[in-house]
Amino acid sequence: MSVPRFWRRLKNLYNLIGTRCEKCNEYYYPPRNMCPKCRRSGLMVPFKFKGFGEVLTYTVMHSSTKDYAKQTPYILAIIKLDEGPNLTSQVICSHKDIHIGMRVKSTFRRLGEESERGMIYYGTKFVPLINPSKEF
Amino acid sequence: MRDVAIVGVGCTEFGELWDRSFRELFVEAGISAIEDANIQGGEIDALYVGNMSGGRFIEQEHLGALIADYAGLASLNIPSTRVEAACASGGLALRQGIVAVASGYHDIVIAGGAEKMTDVDVQITTDALAAAADREWEGVMGATFPGLYAMIARLHMHKYATTQEQLACVAVKNHHNGTMNPKAQFQNEISIETVLNSIMVADPLHIYDCSPITDGASAVVIAPAEIARKYTDTPIYVKASAQASGTLALHDRLDITTLDATVAAASRAYRMAKVTPGDIDFAEVHDCFTIAEICAIEDLGFVRKGEGGPASLSGMTAIGGKIPINPSGGLKACGHPVGATGVKQAVEVALQLRGEAGRRQIDGAEIGLTHNVGGSGGTAVVHIFSREK
Repeated sequence: MSVPRFWRRLKNLYNLIGTRCEKCNEYYYPPRNMCPKCRRSGLMVPFKFKGFGEVLTYTVMHSSTKDYAKQTPYILAIIKLDEGPNLTSQVICSHKDIHIGMRVKSTFRRLGEESERGMIYYGTKFVPLINPSKEF
Repeated sequence: MRDVAIVGVGCTEFGELWDRSFRELFVEAGISAIEDANIQGGEIDALYVGNMSGGRFIEQEHLGALIADYAGLASLNIPSTRVEAACASGGLALRQGIVAVASGYHDIVIAGGAEKMTDVDVQITTDALAAAADREWEGVMGATFPGLYAMIARLHMHKYATTQEQLACVAVKNHHNGTMNPKAQFQNEISIETVLNSIMVADPLHIYDCSPITDGASAVVIAPAEIARKYTDTPIYVKASAQASGTLALHDRLDITTLDATVAAASRAYRMAKVTPGDIDFAEVHDCFTIAEICAIEDLGFVRKGEGGPASLSGMTAIGGKIPINPSGGLKACGHPVGATGVKQAVEVALQLRGEAGRRQIDGAEIGLTHNVGGSGGTAVVHIFSREK
């Protein structure tokens, strides 16, 4: 992605900031500027997610696009955040441990890079929540 | 709205066609459709060109004008429109052509699709295809299409005990059908072991679970039903043309293993054609990955949700089975030039209904369905065709 396009999303990608509709109280990540439920009558405000969730489904990527080929094999997953919404991200853990239903928490990591001289992307990935008792 | 028929079909061979360009492929498919319908260029009222990513694959946009020009129709100033909905671009171009004739706005329309995917490096192709997903919230996280469908497969296996063998048998069946299609990219038999022993792309999908990268083009001639017999003795009537949208990103689906857009488009199509899934004799479905065919036969209502794996293994979807799926070889074996695929499906259904499908002919085929998907399910297009008016 181009620099402006990534820059525009920095706070969302770095800090897991999405949106919440004040009218229906639905949470959205990725952020939306219109609530799909309330549409024009909704009121969207920024919302910082706690970063806890569980793995809904996953795959181990053995082949990828040029920006991500160097990282293979990596775990791509859809994660259900505790507040409700699902997002796509990577889980950093042993390929033997990853499973559907695994509890995870967010972490700030390098996502990828365009080339040796291009931009480096940072954002949110997930790691296993080793000690669930310290969750909140 | 008036009834519409397909009066001519054409298709290039599918494969790595390094010696032919995008424009040559489209013109070849268009000419064979026009000759099949026995019409003259001057009779054509409009062109619809399905294409996903000319900009990335051949660094060429403005494809409507390009095709009109190289089809020799620029001197007649015939309107030509490019239609894009990722891998459903072809199905959508077909639908635009049908809508244009049904509305009475045009009489004779060419709807075609083409994609030239092998002119660039495979990683660029993969990245261009990834543009059909949500670039900002899927692509940037390292998602590719095999990755997204692998996550569908993983959850399907978890929820319904679908096995890798069941996935693999979809590829085996489609390769078998491909051996009987002289236009197919792959015309060789494979076994379940071939699939399971092939390299892993995105776990649990092996490379033989994935449709290939393909060059190719296909086209049909659409006419009002009342004058269809002027052009052919075997018009194929369009009983339904339905389209539906779903969420762009896979993670926003209510159920990751259900393509809501397919369910919605199919239900609209069945209502429009006044048929049920049980009335469909055979279907060309969007098997971009083996799991996609399993989801398709469920979401189209041929089997219940979760039963697509065992149904595929049972032979129900083979030619000669209860509901033959992808007699052409599907995207998996016939090939998947993304913009051409949705039109090629209609070409196959027309050939089957006309009884001209050669060794892969389905006996007594009366009603056929096509199912074309964009991305992981952001767009779905379903058409139902019949021999009977």
